[in-house]
Amino acid sequence: MTSPNIAAGCAAPDQSAPVPAHVDLNRETVLTGIVQNTDGEAVGGAYVRLLDATGEFTAEVVSSPEGVFRFFAAPGSWTLRALSRSGNGEVVVDATVGVNEVGLSVSPA
Amino acid sequence: MSRDTALVTADWAEQNLDTPGLVFVEVDEDTTAYDGGHIPGAIKIDWKKDLQDPVRRDFVNQEQFSALLSERGISNDDTVILYGGNNNWFAAYAYWYFKLYGHDQVRLLDGGRKKWELDARPYTKDVPVRAKTSYQAAAPDLSIRAFRDEVVQAIGVKNLVDVRSPDEFAGRLLAPAHLPQEQSQRGGHIPTAISVPWSKAANEDGTFKSDDELSKIYGEAGLDGSKDTIAYCRIGERSSHTWFVLKELLGQQNVKNYDGSWTEYGSLIGVPIALGDEPGKA
Repeated sequence: MTSPNIAAGCAAPDQSAPVPAHVDLNRETVLTGIVQNTDGEAVGGAYVRLLDATGEFTAEVVSSPEGVFRFFAAPGSWTLRALSRSGNGEVVVDATVGVNEVGLSVSPA
Repeated sequence: MSRDTALVTADWAEQNLDTPGLVFVEVDEDTTAYDGGHIPGAIKIDWKKDLQDPVRRDFVNQEQFSALLSERGISNDDTVILYGGNNNWFAAYAYWYFKLYGHDQVRLLDGGRKKWELDARPYTKDVPVRAKTSYQAAAPDLSIRAFRDEVVQAIGVKNLVDVRSPDEFAGRLLAPAHLPQEQSQRGGHIPTAISVPWSKAANEDGTFKSDDELSKIYGEAGLDGSKDTIAYCRIGERSSHTWFVLKELLGQQNVKNYDGSWTEYGSLIGVPIALGDEPGKA
């Protein structure tokens, strides 16, 4: 369950929930999408990490059973990288304010 | 302390799930992970409900900690193996509590839930039943906990290690990027703090880097081994991870965790704040 005051802690909010109503999409830069395997199936339980433009780790969440992940970042270039039992994958995104939909596929090494 | 006395590997853990005298404990903020599957035999501790005082802004006191461990069936002579999600942030935080309250035999499972998951090791939904105990916590060891006045006095004097992400350090973000950014406090960092994100200490699978790699990282970042050290982050859990690295793995003396961290410091009236990527002046 997502607590209404998630900002009090550091655990990732429920990744399958819609963006909470109090989040102002005119100010927040949301990166969201679904982790999929090479067959196009959703991969839940994947570790999705957000790396900044220099490749530095910024945040990590676990994808929901439906493969959904979400970050609150800032406009600019970001790399999303997923690790899972189904393999790994990454994608580079140029994010802008609002919701940025990102596809992220993983494949065995 | 050293790696041998502070950490266990996933291989070792899997071989010792049934060893008497060991208690595996999953620690997380979101305990739905435990409910969906956990290491066989492990019990859970909720970072917020179990370890934070419900009224005052502080963590549980000596009596509350004793009552919690008694109720969960942990004895003073048990060896406690802690693990969790978020790259062991909350497990490291709990490790620091156990040490603070005098529980010597405590270990962190290297890599936590992530390594366990990526290795495809077994989970169970069975919740173990443990008989209640009469746990007696020791008086808190304040040599590993820093408070705000000490932090202000440490500016330009001790090593201050800010372990948040570079954007949080600089004041460009107020919280980790998986959380909404609206916050009441100011952005930035404590002047003269060096920026060494906690993640520098961890491999991608959540395990800790080697001692040689770790020494190099903190040395190159400007940590002065002859000085006392205070680590901080936003709410004190990521800095527990770095406290663990500096004190328990690298064996540095006089390392404290400032659990008030940026949510406290960034809300104080009148204290100095530095903005941008450089440590700034005292």
